[in-house]
Amino acid sequence: MIQIHCPYCGETLPELEFTYAGEAHIDRPENPSDQTDDQWESFLFLRENVKGPHFERWRHAHGCGRFFNAVRNTITDRFYITYKAGEPRPDLATLLEEDK
Amino acid sequence: MTRFNALNLVKNALTGHKNWTEQWPECQPKAEYDVVIVGAGGHGLGAAYYLAKEHGITNVAVIDKGWLGGGNTGRNTTIIRSNYLYDESQALFNHAVDLWQGLSQELNYNVMYSNRGCLMLAHTVHDVQSFKRHVHANRLNGIDNRWLTPEECKEYCPPVNIAKDARYPVMGGALQERAGTARHDAVAWGYARGAAERGVDIIQNCAVQAIRRGPDGAVIGVDTDKGFIKCKKVGVSASGHNSMVMATAGVRLPLESMPLQALVSEPVKPVFPCVVMSNAVHAYCSQSDKGELVIGSGTDQYVSYSQRGGLPLIEHTIAAISEVFPIFNRMRMLRKWGGITDNTPDRSPIIGKTPVPNLYVNCGWGTGGFKATPGSAHVFAHTIAKDEPHPINAPFSLDRFRTGRLIDEAAAAAVAH
Repeated sequence: MIQIHCPYCGETLPELEFTYAGEAHIDRPENPSDQTDDQWESFLFLRENVKGPHFERWRHAHGCGRFFNAVRNTITDRFYITYKAGEPRPDLATLLEEDK
Repeated sequence: MTRFNALNLVKNALTGHKNWTEQWPECQPKAEYDVVIVGAGGHGLGAAYYLAKEHGITNVAVIDKGWLGGGNTGRNTTIIRSNYLYDESQALFNHAVDLWQGLSQELNYNVMYSNRGCLMLAHTVHDVQSFKRHVHANRLNGIDNRWLTPEECKEYCPPVNIAKDARYPVMGGALQERAGTARHDAVAWGYARGAAERGVDIIQNCAVQAIRRGPDGAVIGVDTDKGFIKCKKVGVSASGHNSMVMATAGVRLPLESMPLQALVSEPVKPVFPCVVMSNAVHAYCSQSDKGELVIGSGTDQYVSYSQRGGLPLIEHTIAAISEVFPIFNRMRMLRKWGGITDNTPDRSPIIGKTPVPNLYVNCGWGTGGFKATPGSAHVFAHTIAKDEPHPINAPFSLDRFRTGRLIDEAAAAAVAH
């Protein structure tokens, strides 16, 4: 079973405690009424679906209940890092370098 | 290519089965094709077959990074049914069920289609209401589906537990008798053989690295492990890897790829006469001709290409199977595996044109593509040949995610597709 580190609780716990919440760093538009259909399509539906390092959201549903972000390799399911919501997107090159 | 018939069987038996011709030749890519299909699963090979047979387009290559039928065509639980809720889905899946009826004869290849019936069990009041709605929706469209009482369910499939004190008691079931199973590998092989016989090249172990576009934006060919192949049209049906293939042409898709697992038990004597699905406890099960129980599990909740899947899902599935069929609770499981499914937000497939001229896509089948193989392949071939969708796949366009005209089977069929 995948073990996931919750950046709020500071503990590494089985995946059953967590729920997946889709791709990360997709910002809700500030002015929804100004959006075109294409922009809505992109915001709501289009996803990177990366094979490799993937920025994604998780929620510690059976713990603190809070959302956080993670970078995980979708080929190996290995997590490089988890970080709190609102923190900037980590630099992927640095992460991969540190992981070596 | 030797046809399979009684005379040839006798002839070859007398000569020690040494003179059968090969099913499809080993191919090296030509410099140019009219159509290149990316992905040699049932959907891709079938599309090539119908392009050749119904549209006279025989200068076609089907290219796969692995071996043909080695992806989800060879990994599914082989269930075939068309008891969907919405008219659009019913038309598409029933088109497939119609083609399944005569597919072995059409291909001269035994795909072992067995319309043994599919029983969907209801365990809650909501299930009962929802499935009865499906029954009525299907019957309005002339698709068979009928309601069974718990006792009738037990009669149709004796291993089902209908005890009143069960944790999730059976309150009835919707039965589609024309539904059933088929031999999944044979579907890929049959279409491959039929396509190759009509001149289609099947190129295995050759990954398509990128789709190349010309100055006007239209497709001009594909870059592969074996070099550039020029072509007039490209049809992509690469299952879990569609997002990556299409991204090379600059097309983003509304897909998320997730592992879906299945498992089989040790083989036993015939005990299970039909397909049973239970959405509420999330179990679906049938028995193969070899005697194994074929059991479908769920998808992992996260995007992954691991072709493995998480163990908690297997545990959950086995718990569900033991709940609905207590007689199986000491049965040993032989093996489990995973395949990568590409899921759309509305859990309906996308078959149609793309913003790129001469590029077509058949994707988003999620966890339920096998049942649609002949129908999907048939309308995809039509879309490629005519550069416009067949009336059946017109509603399944890529632009429905912009227009908002979704076909929301996600809520209609819950987990099981």
